[in-house]
Amino acid sequence: MSASRFRNVARLVIVGTAALSVAGCGINSVPTAEEKAKAKWADVQATFQERANLIPNLASVAKGAADQEKGILVGVVEARAKATSIQVNPGDLNDPAKMKAFQDAQNQLSASMAGFGRLLANVEAYPELKSITNYQMLQSQLEGQENRIRVAIRDYNGAVQEYNTTIRTFPDAIGAKVFYGAKELVPYQSVTPGAEVAPSLEGKL
Amino acid sequence: MLGPAGRLAPPQCSGRHSTGIIALALLVLAGLMLFAASARAQTFPLLTGRVVDGAKVIPAEEAARLDQKLAALEQQTNRQLVVATVASLEGYDVSDYANRLFRTWQLGDKERNDGVLLLVAPTDRKVRIEVGYGMEGIITDGLSSIIIQQEVLPQFKAGNLPGGIEAGTDALIKQLTLPPEEAAKIVAKAKPKKQQGLPFGLIIWLIFFGFAFVLPMIRRARGSQSYQSSGLGQVVLWSVLNGMTSGRGGGGGSDWGGGGGGGFSGGGGSSGGGGASGGW
Repeated sequence: MSASRFRNVARLVIVGTAALSVAGCGINSVPTAEEKAKAKWADVQATFQERANLIPNLASVAKGAADQEKGILVGVVEARAKATSIQVNPGDLNDPAKMKAFQDAQNQLSASMAGFGRLLANVEAYPELKSITNYQMLQSQLEGQENRIRVAIRDYNGAVQEYNTTIRTFPDAIGAKVFYGAKELVPYQSVTPGAEVAPSLEGKL
Repeated sequence: MLGPAGRLAPPQCSGRHSTGIIALALLVLAGLMLFAASARAQTFPLLTGRVVDGAKVIPAEEAARLDQKLAALEQQTNRQLVVATVASLEGYDVSDYANRLFRTWQLGDKERNDGVLLLVAPTDRKVRIEVGYGMEGIITDGLSSIIIQQEVLPQFKAGNLPGGIEAGTDALIKQLTLPPEEAAKIVAKAKPKKQQGLPFGLIIWLIFFGFAFVLPMIRRARGSQSYQSSGLGQVVLWSVLNGMTSGRGGGGGSDWGGGGGGGFSGGGGSSGGGGASGGW
């Protein structure tokens, strides 16, 4: 084996090693993980938005209800207006304050919807409700939407965990710091205990 | 010996001395992934067919009949409907369990996400229809709920589990079956995908590789010019390796496992929690 060929092989080995170490230190993995988390966040916002879109149907179901329920319905509609007005841009996913504002607004909507559901639980008092054929359909839609929200949040939190782990562990942490100045993303958490639980209307008919 | 070539190496952030550490880390990682995979396999039953009767409530002849209907549905529409019973939900909520099971099995095509899962947990007295992303417009939450309330639960409440499962499956099949001309369109569309040759990206890389390495080598062998260490060549090799290491894991996703043969598997589909649950 001649010296020049040996040098050539050595050069290949070095280039290969360098390539592997660059690939392994976050040049690609950090943006990949970040984009994934952002996409999952878009899903979370979309599912919340779809839930908000169901509320007018809830209002129509409650038309037959008494004044007391109408007062609560106003609360639901206000909470909806607030919840839909707060959005978190993908760029703000590392901002705990903005995240918290979003969570609080959604949790408040969850809570007021749950309160409304509890009133409907006492459905014997409102025979009119039974006559509304859409009721069961709406119930299943609400449950389905809450379920989608849970799944979307689970996916988002999984992606955030992956991203945060990526930017804090060797060797990706090097690339994350040097090239991207990556900051940890904030996972979604329901602050009020049980707020992520669906406003269940099950068994109320 | 590393001297002359080392200065040409592309930017590296961990240095060549850490190769051993990286190798070790990779080994540990691989071990962890293996462990995670086996831990997950323990939790969920295997997708052994279109009817997975983990709770042993479906008589053999009915299972065969259901399997036949489900296979016919898949043949006509390429949509995957799987009926599963499990002995236990292992503490999960039925909707959560169904979603995780659906994702583990990857029902439906990877692109169309057209899988549907009918899950029955007799000991927990729960039933769920879990719908893939792509089927949410056809099997809506409301329709799932109606099928469960009107077809499945009355029979379950009367103690007739096999009857309820079959009624629910029939209702789902009815909804999933397409008019013949539409079905023909979908099947025709799905077929060309099977005849994919070499991936496009690979061809591009091969061409680059040829230009960057093979050509200089040939030239050098001829002795027509002295080989100046080609910066381009190294950059290209670097990117190829980069692409190889980072490109893994995306996975092609086996297109269609089913089709009558011995093996049956999901097609890479996913679900976002659509569908409905019920209890009795």
